[in-house]
Amino acid sequence: MSYIAKPKFHHPNLPRNGLGLTRRDYEGAMSTLCAGCGHDSVSAAIVEACFELNLPAHKLAKMSGIGCSSKTPTYFLSKSHGFNSVHGRMPSVATGANLANNELKYIGVSGDGDTASIGFGQFAHAVRRQVDMLYIVENNGTYGLTKGQFSATNDRVSLGRKGQKNAFDSIDLAAMAIQLGASFVGRGFSGDKEQLVPMIKAALSHKGFAFIDVISPCVTFNNHNGSTKSFEFFRDNERSITATDYIAPRESITAEYEEGSVIDVTLHDSSKVRLRKLDANYDPSDSAAALQHIMKHEELGEVATGLLYLNVEDTELKEKMDMVNVPLNSLGVAELRPDSNKLESINKSLR
Amino acid sequence: MIVNDFVIKFANVNGSGSASANALFAKAIFRMGVPVAPKNIFPSNIQGLPTWFECRVNGNGYLGRRDGIDIMVAMNPQSWDEDIKAILPGGYLLYDSTFIREIERDDIKTIGIPLTQLCNERFTIPRERQLFKNVAYVGALTGLLDMDFDVIKGMISEQFRGKDKLIAPNIDALEIGRNYALKYFDCPLDVRVESSDAVGDQILIDGNAAAGLGCVFAGATVAAWYPITPSTSVAEAFESYCHKLRIDEETGQKKFAIVQAEDELAAIGMVIGANWNGARAFTATSGPGISLMSEFLGLAYFAEVPAVLFNIQRGGPSTGMPTRTQQSDITACAYASHGDTKHILIFPSNPTECFDFAIEAFDLAERLQTPVIIMSDLDLGMNEWTTKPFKIDEARGFDRGKVLNAEQLDEVERFGRYLDVDGDGIPYRTYPGTHPEKGAFFTRGTSHNEYAGYTEDGSVNVRVMERLVHKFNTAKELVPGPVFGQDRQDSTIGLLYFGTTAISIPEAMEMLDGRDIKIDTMRIRAFPFSKEVEDFIDSHEKVFLVEQNRDAQLRALLVNECEIDPAKIVPVLNYDGSPITAKCIVDLIAEALAGNVKQVESNTVAAE
Repeated sequence: MSYIAKPKFHHPNLPRNGLGLTRRDYEGAMSTLCAGCGHDSVSAAIVEACFELNLPAHKLAKMSGIGCSSKTPTYFLSKSHGFNSVHGRMPSVATGANLANNELKYIGVSGDGDTASIGFGQFAHAVRRQVDMLYIVENNGTYGLTKGQFSATNDRVSLGRKGQKNAFDSIDLAAMAIQLGASFVGRGFSGDKEQLVPMIKAALSHKGFAFIDVISPCVTFNNHNGSTKSFEFFRDNERSITATDYIAPRESITAEYEEGSVIDVTLHDSSKVRLRKLDANYDPSDSAAALQHIMKHEELGEVATGLLYLNVEDTELKEKMDMVNVPLNSLGVAELRPDSNKLESINKSLR
Repeated sequence: MIVNDFVIKFANVNGSGSASANALFAKAIFRMGVPVAPKNIFPSNIQGLPTWFECRVNGNGYLGRRDGIDIMVAMNPQSWDEDIKAILPGGYLLYDSTFIREIERDDIKTIGIPLTQLCNERFTIPRERQLFKNVAYVGALTGLLDMDFDVIKGMISEQFRGKDKLIAPNIDALEIGRNYALKYFDCPLDVRVESSDAVGDQILIDGNAAAGLGCVFAGATVAAWYPITPSTSVAEAFESYCHKLRIDEETGQKKFAIVQAEDELAAIGMVIGANWNGARAFTATSGPGISLMSEFLGLAYFAEVPAVLFNIQRGGPSTGMPTRTQQSDITACAYASHGDTKHILIFPSNPTECFDFAIEAFDLAERLQTPVIIMSDLDLGMNEWTTKPFKIDEARGFDRGKVLNAEQLDEVERFGRYLDVDGDGIPYRTYPGTHPEKGAFFTRGTSHNEYAGYTEDGSVNVRVMERLVHKFNTAKELVPGPVFGQDRQDSTIGLLYFGTTAISIPEAMEMLDGRDIKIDTMRIRAFPFSKEVEDFIDSHEKVFLVEQNRDAQLRALLVNECEIDPAKIVPVLNYDGSPITAKCIVDLIAEALAGNVKQVESNTVAAE
């Protein structure tokens, strides 16, 4: 870890995106996580995705709870507002922020402790309400800041650093999100940028609750032999079900694939997700089948990754609540306060 | 002959449909221009348990609760014995004489009306027979008390406009009772109602509805809440007024968002998220909800995010008496959350203030960038009060506080979210999405420097914490100030009170006057306390402080926050769950002045 300020100078010929910005413009402060932490790779993937999507950083807000993962929003997008709330309660703060201004994009970053334990209830209800946001769990199966206790996503067969056994079954957050009604559910690996970046780009283009469970090994407390959240275990047991290509609006598709092996889904901003099916039987629009698939791999001691479920038909929170098409935070006295005559007629009705 | 001065109580079975008939009776008296204070005394139950409706009628406008019942309408066999006992000697008992009952008191007058029999003869559907019994006793009362029958008939027509089929049977039911009373009893009784102009332009509304309406006029757009008695009707009133006043005319869409959250933690979390993002948002809750919201309140205090919270206090501790009233969350709210945290409290005394203070609270929360808690209670929130009409000042806009827009940010060399630029302890904030390059900051509950950066530097943390104290002192001048009693008597004795106790004070003062006890009064309306409160205590030898809790919580707050001599402040306490009466206040003060002070536990605690 380091507490040195990041140097501001950079190479003059760094590539620029459609807004004329470089990747450096999307970075944040220097990370204070352990060297090699998976979370830093996720931050880098977010930076890359936002850069490639040409997103204006100030039109995005970063939300988090408490824990190592929740610290990371400081380490990317320094021109975005951020909100590091209380443990497990990011979903409610993000919901409120979303109601106030639905025109911003929201990235929530949470951990397995923050989401699968203390914040399980809030997570479930944010999913159920279809809050328009990208919710990333940086999942390492352990409580890092308090030095390595098991979390609720730690698999039953996974041993602690000193060989301790785990008595309880793990919670599969991706399966949970599908069951609760999230309209975009993916699982990635912090060490696989090729898979993660397009998935984040697609999630940020999706309207509704997009959930990505990112297996992000804790190099200090959960990267040993016997752990099922270690780099090594994951590399050996990951099974990609789909490979995701993100195709920006107006971008042409050049590669050709065998019929039936790809699914193109048009997202709300008219960009496309191209899913290359690595498992021919997989149908990402069928939630029951997706769940079955995840569980089948789990039984085999494998972890299914990729974009697992996608539903572009469901509406998001603002539409469900039938709210006006302008952000509530832009309305002033004239739009919000009835006049004295209205109040006088209310008085009259109370006499 | 007693005119316009009595207490009538209706003893009913919860869920039997009595509430609307009882409300009709109270409103009819109000429509006759006579001040009235109806109170529902209800169990935490949906159907079956005893419930009461107590209504004080007082031409002088003394509408605090008064002990002793002049007229008891005893419709519930379960509570019959207890109800009979509550009648004052010489008072009346109105009962359903279809059933033969033993009445063991000979010092009361009885009015037996065969309500069940009369309704069974007239109505055929069982539910109608049940419901119209209630309307029939109201009809009987119009005869017995000489009430204006046209007024009540008019109200029935108004109530069922559009459902005209229901008008005739309701009026029938009224007449069944009225005609029986006129025929068999000497009407009017020696207690009666007489039309008056004492109500003036006042309105009849409960505090929760007033608070909900106030939020509409305050420009609140987001409400997040979790159902809990007695606060539920704040959110429900907001929703119903929003449907009338906040639908976009062109699209039919909502200029508001109301979320029934999964719990109180989520409710306050949403409120904080929305306020952080520049929408006016509020929540409403009661005791247990305050406990659950405490962590988030600490975050809002430290990260300086506005929030408005209505706490409709009920009887504690724990689940306590959810359907009874108290003022027992003062310390829990003033210091909600761990660490050195304190919050602004506002104490409304009537529905008009629930409305006004809702508007005030949003301005204060945004001006001061901190939570503001409005401390109502069940008596105020869930009962209808005779209260002054609502008014707004159209010239006054919303005070959104210190928020920088893009142009202003361009002029700032380096934006510091927690910099005290103006020396009042209040920094500047920005909404997300304002400026592409400047003004972004990281809101956090961790210790931070003036630029919102994380720090573990103790001296920086002390600086931030000191500024928060400075800001709290600034608040003293901005919150609603205390109100002095109208007749300052320059006594050596003072009396402090707050919230719903106010309704009993004028009557208590008159009673004390009768005993030749002169007292100066001051009503506290907010925490932090302004200097006037301290001066009032300083300028009196002894100060009584009336509270509806066990531990004299406001006294503890005064002792803790002000440079005053604790021994001077004598608690006057009532916490049985019923609204405090003038008689209770007077008796406790008189007793204390006679030297028989009952030592309250908290005296010693507070004095340490």
